[in-house]
Amino acid sequence: MSDKKHDVGTTGHEWDGIKEFNNPLPRWWVWTFYATIVWGIGYTIAYPAWPLINGATPGVLGYSTRTEVATEIDRFAEMNAEVKAELAAMDVTEIAGNEAVQNYAIQSGRATFATYCSQCHGRGADGVAEGNGYPNLLDDDWLWGGDIEAITYTVTHGIRNGTDDDARFSEMPAFGDDYLSDEEITNVVAYVRSLSGLESRGDVEAGSVVFADNCTACHGENAQGDREQGAPNLTDAIWLYGGDEASVEHSVRVGPKGAMPNWNARLDEAQIKAVAAYVHQLGGGE
Amino acid sequence: MWDYLKLVIFGLIAVLAAIATTYARDLAYLVHAILVVAIAGGMFIFTLRRMGHEPAPKTGYLDGPIRWGVALTAFWGVVGFLVGTYIAFMLAFPQMNFAWAEGMMNFGRLRPLHTSAVIFAFGGTALITSSFYVVQRTSGARLWNDGLAWFVFWGYQIVILLAATGYVLGQTQGKEYAEPEWYIDLWLTIVWVAYLLVFLGTLMKRKEPHIYVANWFYLSFIITIAMLHVVNNLSLPVSIFGSKSVQVFSGVQDAMTQWWYGHNAVGFFLTAGFLGMMYYFIPKQAERPVFSYKLSIIHFWALIFLYIWAGPHHLHYTALPDWASTLGMVFSIVLWMPSWGGMINGLMTLSGAWDKLRTDPIIRMMVISVGFYGMSTFEGPMMSIKAVNSLSHYTDWTIGHVHSGALGWNGMITFGMLYFLFPKLWNKQGLYSLKLVSWHFWLATIGIILYAAAMWVSGIMEGLMWREVDAQGFLVNSFADTVAAKFPMYVVRGLGGVMYLTGALIMAYNLWMTVRRAPLAEASAAQAVAAE
Repeated sequence: MSDKKHDVGTTGHEWDGIKEFNNPLPRWWVWTFYATIVWGIGYTIAYPAWPLINGATPGVLGYSTRTEVATEIDRFAEMNAEVKAELAAMDVTEIAGNEAVQNYAIQSGRATFATYCSQCHGRGADGVAEGNGYPNLLDDDWLWGGDIEAITYTVTHGIRNGTDDDARFSEMPAFGDDYLSDEEITNVVAYVRSLSGLESRGDVEAGSVVFADNCTACHGENAQGDREQGAPNLTDAIWLYGGDEASVEHSVRVGPKGAMPNWNARLDEAQIKAVAAYVHQLGGGE
Repeated sequence: MWDYLKLVIFGLIAVLAAIATTYARDLAYLVHAILVVAIAGGMFIFTLRRMGHEPAPKTGYLDGPIRWGVALTAFWGVVGFLVGTYIAFMLAFPQMNFAWAEGMMNFGRLRPLHTSAVIFAFGGTALITSSFYVVQRTSGARLWNDGLAWFVFWGYQIVILLAATGYVLGQTQGKEYAEPEWYIDLWLTIVWVAYLLVFLGTLMKRKEPHIYVANWFYLSFIITIAMLHVVNNLSLPVSIFGSKSVQVFSGVQDAMTQWWYGHNAVGFFLTAGFLGMMYYFIPKQAERPVFSYKLSIIHFWALIFLYIWAGPHHLHYTALPDWASTLGMVFSIVLWMPSWGGMINGLMTLSGAWDKLRTDPIIRMMVISVGFYGMSTFEGPMMSIKAVNSLSHYTDWTIGHVHSGALGWNGMITFGMLYFLFPKLWNKQGLYSLKLVSWHFWLATIGIILYAAAMWVSGIMEGLMWREVDAQGFLVNSFADTVAAKFPMYVVRGLGGVMYLTGALIMAYNLWMTVRRAPLAEASAAQAVAAE
């Protein structure tokens, strides 16, 4: 099979039947190769490139990735400096009255929330699948209070974290550890669920007695909770740790103790206020 | 005499490994010690039973390891694609991290199993096997030292076995594509030096005056991998009875060494080695001369010289100094044309035989492989440009890029190689079914396109979402937002994987039936050339 394009002949070598044509290098290939080399030399003159004994050639453009990112961060920091300082100095209760500061706070709070809070509270602040112990922040059910000052305090110091002495703290006993018998637990579960209109296998009457003897100190006579102690309202059909029988029984037995970091260790004052303002305006704020 | 020495060595290894089992400090080490006892003990008995038997006369080429090799290449391919498809769906449906499989089959354990299975088990076995075949045929010489060649082949399979079991048992030194721990690294070093000796020994006793271009590529692959492997795995074991070792380099030096290794694993394992394959099997299957000898020389040396410097582009915008980053980018872009030299030589070899694309599905496979090679080696330099990389880095675009290279280039050329070799090695007239090859071709090609397109969309979207800021400079999206947005693309990617895997299963069936059913060839002309 001869081919006019290939009358260049072969090199004369042959390996296992394979021959090689003596074709020249394709012109476009050579010129593109040269062009990339020339460009490469130019680029290494313009940008930091060649290592020397102490450091490397800096490049005639004086470019540095660190400077580039610092410049960009500085640009926004400068732009926001004034309003941010105003927010940091302002009492949280006044944010809602100042449109410029509030707009900034909500934008900043939204971004801060997305970065630091969404892992537990969910991207939409609805608590990452109900019943997992991560509170939904969209409803009006607040463990430790839902006005902006209470929210700011919770964000600042956190809950049961062991890293901030001012963290919110309370401790529900593990009633499964010899406090209550299995029968008493079954009954109190039935009573607690009955408050939200749910049927269970235990005896509600007997359960109400167990509740009165053991639970009212924190959850209150009417089981509507106590924000001073972070004791949840048990009558609103909102279940932080799940409302089915097994989940409620588990909660009674082990006494759940959710924790939250003290964000004063990670966020500055303006960011904390911004997050509080953002959460407060999501729908449930008081 | 040699048999007695072998008995002593196998016995000694088995006893030492048995002692190691009693001191083992972790599960992976214990399991590996038991495996070594079993393998060395098995070899001891095997050697003992064969004592006094006359060795088979050495005639023609040594094709035993090659027959095992092509079969195992197909096997490892199916395993690697299966694990890959599974973990692709794991990313779309995290529920597949089953509680009962926790600690063995979670994503973190299966991911290195997948990458190593496809690169080192499938790709590595394909390279060793095809290089043994090609170097014998193009040198007109039998492999130098039968015993050593068998040792290289099975020794490498032991590396695969130890690495794979190590991953699921939680053994890793935390270096991507170099996860196996110190004793596996040492064993691979021994095997690899033996590989170099066999290859060089065969080239030395060649009957041809010149060394064929495919062998340059294979040789550069063997030598460079030895260097990369040794330097990147420099580490001190915490105990000789445990898996854990401590890296010699630390911080950004360690990162740079790792990506010098990682990038050149792509450059010399997946590019140079597979170009060796391409340079033999395409002209053979097309029955045409190679397009240009000159181009093969120039692009070979340019590729070898340039590839080794391109690693820093994996570390743009990190603690790596700017100068190293610049050089990595510049060398990557200058590498563009040398990489394309291989594509031109592969495609242009078909000029005058383009009609074969219609009639021969194997050639079609090889051509699309070179096409994907050309696409990936354009995409790679483009992604090494800092501005592009600032968008693409850490996104699925990188995953897509790797897979258009791995599935398209490495996978397809290896399939072509297998389809070429099976009938030859089992002395058959041809494959069991060319129609099934066609099915394989289309399933694999559409699978790759689904995969790559899904990852382009997902990667660019993800990159744009990560960098999106509002007017006041605040990030608009959280990481979880980007994960949620990628879900549909992850499903499409998984479907692409299913198609690719299905194609490979069809191939495995076709190859099996070729061995079992295809009619024998009349007389083996290929065997007649054999030396010695």
